Amino acid sequence: MSVASQDTAIRTGRVTRMLIYLVLLLFVLFYMLPLYVMLVNSVKPLNEITGGGMMNLPQVFTLEPWAKAWSSAQIGVEPTGLRPYFWNSISMVVPAVAISTVLGALNGYVLTKWRFKYDTILFGLMLFACFIPFQIVLIPMARMLGLMGMAGSVWGLVLVHVVYGIGFTTLYFRNYYAVFPTELVRAAQIDGAGFFQIFWRILLPSSGPIAVVSIIWQFTNIWNDFLFGASFAGPTSQPMTVALNNLVQSSTGVKEYNVHFAGAILAALPTLLVYIVAGRYFVRGLMSGSVKG
Amino acid sequence: MASNAHADFRSRLQVWLPKLVLSPSLAMVLVFVYGFIIFSVYLSFTDSRLLPSYGWVGWENYSKLWRLSHWEISLTNMGVFAVLYIGICSILGLGLAIFLDQKIRGEGFIRTIYLYPMALSFIVTGTAWKWFLDPGIGLENVMQSWGWTGFEFDWIKNRDFAIYTVVLAAVWQTSGFVMAMFLAGLRGIDNEMLKAAQMDGASNWNLYRRIIIPQLRPAFLSAFVILSHLAIKTFDLVIALTGGGPGRATELPATFMYSYTFTRNQMGIGAASAVIMLMTIAAIMIPYLYAELREKK
Repeated sequence: MSVASQDTAIRTGRVTRMLIYLVLLLFVLFYMLPLYVMLVNSVKPLNEITGGGMMNLPQVFTLEPWAKAWSSAQIGVEPTGLRPYFWNSISMVVPAVAISTVLGALNGYVLTKWRFKYDTILFGLMLFACFIPFQIVLIPMARMLGLMGMAGSVWGLVLVHVVYGIGFTTLYFRNYYAVFPTELVRAAQIDGAGFFQIFWRILLPSSGPIAVVSIIWQFTNIWNDFLFGASFAGPTSQPMTVALNNLVQSSTGVKEYNVHFAGAILAALPTLLVYIVAGRYFVRGLMSGSVKG
Repeated sequence: MASNAHADFRSRLQVWLPKLVLSPSLAMVLVFVYGFIIFSVYLSFTDSRLLPSYGWVGWENYSKLWRLSHWEISLTNMGVFAVLYIGICSILGLGLAIFLDQKIRGEGFIRTIYLYPMALSFIVTGTAWKWFLDPGIGLENVMQSWGWTGFEFDWIKNRDFAIYTVVLAAVWQTSGFVMAMFLAGLRGIDNEMLKAAQMDGASNWNLYRRIIIPQLRPAFLSAFVILSHLAIKTFDLVIALTGGGPGRATELPATFMYSYTFTRNQMGIGAASAVIMLMTIAAIMIPYLYAELREKK
């Protein structure tokens, strides 16, 4: 979005500008509203929420709900809090992001610098795979994971996320490498450099921006996934999203809204941090990769 | 001789290496995507219930499916949801992008706020809106405690209105992203042409209507493709926000498929519904991808 200048030929009058600022401000409030609700209610005692004070700042400030959501809230049948599920998500996300990004980089390299007959069709097949409704693969996947002895394991989920993530990572790297000068690759070839040498020495050093895009994209998608987690995870491998849903939907006992809100923030924190820290690199990298459409 | 054979092997390896590197990914996609699609399509013609079974029943699952009121409700909801979601996101996204394109102070900050919902999980979004819209503790309760005692807002508990709360939460989550797409489009428009039109006395309204918005066609198309694909896949948001209820008021094809396959043990019907979802998405995506890949050649 940082493309071109902010220059626009449109000129607006004083009153119009005031109105524009007003509307933009209203939508700032709209987008902030749920985050505000989650934050203020996660640090107040339950009775302040049930008493009609959802929008108020806490009268009594407490971190109790956070502690409870993290380490002692009832998730399913066990009072473990969200902590073990947080680590499940981490141990699922890290290898899945790493593997799918490496594969995507290699695929993009082959598809742009070592072109062969029908490569566009193969890429089309990989690309369409990104957009299928995953319902169509749920039943066979459950079966396959069972046959491979990976049912209910974190590694099963890693496999699933790699398989359905390489389409996107390949797309990103392919678009990025497409504008990389092929002459450099040819020259290195004439000098006797091999397939991996060229990749390692010539393409990889300049792949930073698109690697950031791929990693952020995959991290966000995999961390936020619910469908695969709910379908394929066992009780000990459930990711954070599934555990949060179990926490919120549990029908036994008093509904501890403050704990739910704290849990929701815990589940949102990693992707939110990534967005705040690296969001601008994401947009910039995306633009540099897709300038040529 | 030996070194010759070695060189021969090396050069042949160099020819095959690229394809060798691509093949694991390709094999995975062929098996886990296309192989599985074929398997699911096959299952939709069998008498599978709790587990896959291979008794051929022809079109029976499909004819059963289309007679289920549960499926009909899911489709109607999908229609309402998709039209409102795509429509509101596009209008809101375009409007905010145009406003944000007027040399706004603090644009970067505003953009960051509009976009952050995209980073959240639908389960988080669903949880936040679920309690905010809950009449017992949320908006209704707050308004009443502020003195507006007659205030009522129970959409999330109301069969006739619950689907609109799903639209609200989904729009909240993705409209900022659509805004970013339109903003990128607006920034790509040539200013010279606008200046020329201004000289001729065109008003701002006409500039947008006649020159700018028509040039945003690619952005509209991408937004439509992305939003419709997200709409058909909507699952977690409904699970977290309403659980498909009250009653079946917010069931969508994705939740229908999940419950028929995994909780009602009607795998054949579940597979049939998944096939219909795939067909719908394919009808939108294949022409789009075909055109995209064509252009790049």
